[in-house]
Amino acid sequence: MSRSQSQTSITSNEPRIREAIRERRPQKRSKLYSLFNNSLFTALVVIIGLLWSIPTFGLFVSSFRPGTLIKTTGWWTSLVPPWNFTIENYQQVLSAQGLGQAFLNSLIIAIPGTLLPLAIGAFAAYAFAWMKFAGRDFIFLGIVALLVIPSQTAFVPVLQFFTAIGITGQYLAVWIAHTAFGLPFSIFLLRNFFAALPNDLIEAAHIDGASHLRIFTNIILPLSVSALASLAIFQFMWVWNDLLVSLIFLGGNPQYAPMTLTVANLVGSYGTNYQVLTAAAFISMALPLIIFFSLQRYFVRGILAGSVKG
Amino acid sequence: MTSPGKRRKQDNIWWSLLWIAPAVILLLIFFIYPLVMTIVFSFQNADSTRFVGLKNYQVIFTDPGMLEVLKNNLLWLILGTILTVGLGLVIAVMIDRVKIESIIKSALFVPMAISFVCAGVIWRLVYLYNPPGQPQSGLFNAILTFFNIPTQVWLINPMFNNFALILVYTWMWTGFCMVIISGALKNIPDDIIEAAKIDGANRFTLFWYIIVPMVRPTIAVVATTMIINILKIFDVVYVMTGGNYHTNVVGMEFYNQLFNFQNYGLASALAILLFLAITPIMYVNIRRMRAEEVTR
Repeated sequence: MSRSQSQTSITSNEPRIREAIRERRPQKRSKLYSLFNNSLFTALVVIIGLLWSIPTFGLFVSSFRPGTLIKTTGWWTSLVPPWNFTIENYQQVLSAQGLGQAFLNSLIIAIPGTLLPLAIGAFAAYAFAWMKFAGRDFIFLGIVALLVIPSQTAFVPVLQFFTAIGITGQYLAVWIAHTAFGLPFSIFLLRNFFAALPNDLIEAAHIDGASHLRIFTNIILPLSVSALASLAIFQFMWVWNDLLVSLIFLGGNPQYAPMTLTVANLVGSYGTNYQVLTAAAFISMALPLIIFFSLQRYFVRGILAGSVKG
Repeated sequence: MTSPGKRRKQDNIWWSLLWIAPAVILLLIFFIYPLVMTIVFSFQNADSTRFVGLKNYQVIFTDPGMLEVLKNNLLWLILGTILTVGLGLVIAVMIDRVKIESIIKSALFVPMAISFVCAGVIWRLVYLYNPPGQPQSGLFNAILTFFNIPTQVWLINPMFNNFALILVYTWMWTGFCMVIISGALKNIPDDIIEAAKIDGANRFTLFWYIIVPMVRPTIAVVATTMIINILKIFDVVYVMTGGNYHTNVVGMEFYNQLFNFQNYGLASALAILLFLAITPIMYVNIRRMRAEEVTR
């Protein structure tokens, strides 16, 4: 009796013990495993991070070196004394190359180019999410389908159209173009965000007699700040960094040219004049980099959502 | 149970249309009208005065210069997608359990905030070439000199220049792929990884048979984005070589035909070619996106 009892207790314990043994062994091994690998991976990953940063860092250092040195010695040689840095490149670029004006132009283009698609898109997105009218889903799907059309198809006819109504080469042409090209994505993203807001909230407001306009401004927009911010940052970067749209609609009008266009022209005409190029490029990178580092969270979220943008 | 939304009657159609009108009008002007016109132009001659049938398309697929453009685009498409998505995946897995993950992510992500134009300037500096005998101020050639390997004119030598351009693109977009894939990795339940480890899976099997299949949908999204991006690639080529020295691609040639040769017919045909290439990819993408929305 006692024998069998003890036996059962052993057998009932046995699997647990075995489990414990089995558990411990691989655990120990995987710990060692990950310990070894993690330090190796950390080293490897640090090297990758450095590799990725070196080109930008090289530009940054070069932009502070005298022009004659940029071409004749590598930028890394300037990191050891005697140091020979100067801000002359920046002074030259800002005064003589009109980069200051180009910076202003970029802002003039990018701010309406960001706000317009956001505003127009938000209104449409609200209608698609919370209004009921015939053909609503059909039109929305049609707009999503527009994401497949490359902007290249638009350029020839739109350029002719703009030239016909006389706005080619004006800010207006670029504003409209950026708004239109940003719209399908902005509507798509905002509609999905708005539609995910709680139904009860909107219905309650309706029952209380609130109009659509009131619901839109007082409920939907305040609840969507993060989505709007992500979209705004994404669109701003897109417009700020754009070259093709400006090239096509502003190409012949250098006094309105944004930074990207000015820098691209400098590459063309001063292809080997690196003291001009490096400083100009760094000035045009400055604002996106500041936005990137201060609003990284929103930026990443916008990029994540933007992964469907064509 | 009827949801209150169902009970509410239809909104006034004119009031609703007013909300979407600005968007719809702009989209008609910028997408629908141009698409129709571009299709028409693509069957016409250079100044759109006469119909020429399929001649523009015939030129694209027979002219040696154009064939080189298509060949380069294909090289871009294959190599660019594999490099960005592959590196993005591998790095995302590598940094997943590393303490300094966010710093490394930022380092790889920074190029996303930089325009192609600036990236072009940055990399011209890396590829800089000085005649032999002089000190090399370009990073690549300096490294080659250090190891006593003959220096290269990276952007002009047709053996390397396409790869040099694709490398710039890889530098810019790997961070994007990595961040998105890394987001998907975080959603893999820990017990699956633990279970696989207990069953004796080594790092390679874990990566290839557990991690990769589990993030496959995300890899598909990222790869689609890269493919569409690369099909339309323009800025990198425009800034670095201008499409010269056998580095021309469809996006660049479209621009050349439009502005330098004023050949609207051929430019339109190239744009339609891009449209036809992108449509099936995007169709699959949107269908999968809607399927995910339903299951959510």
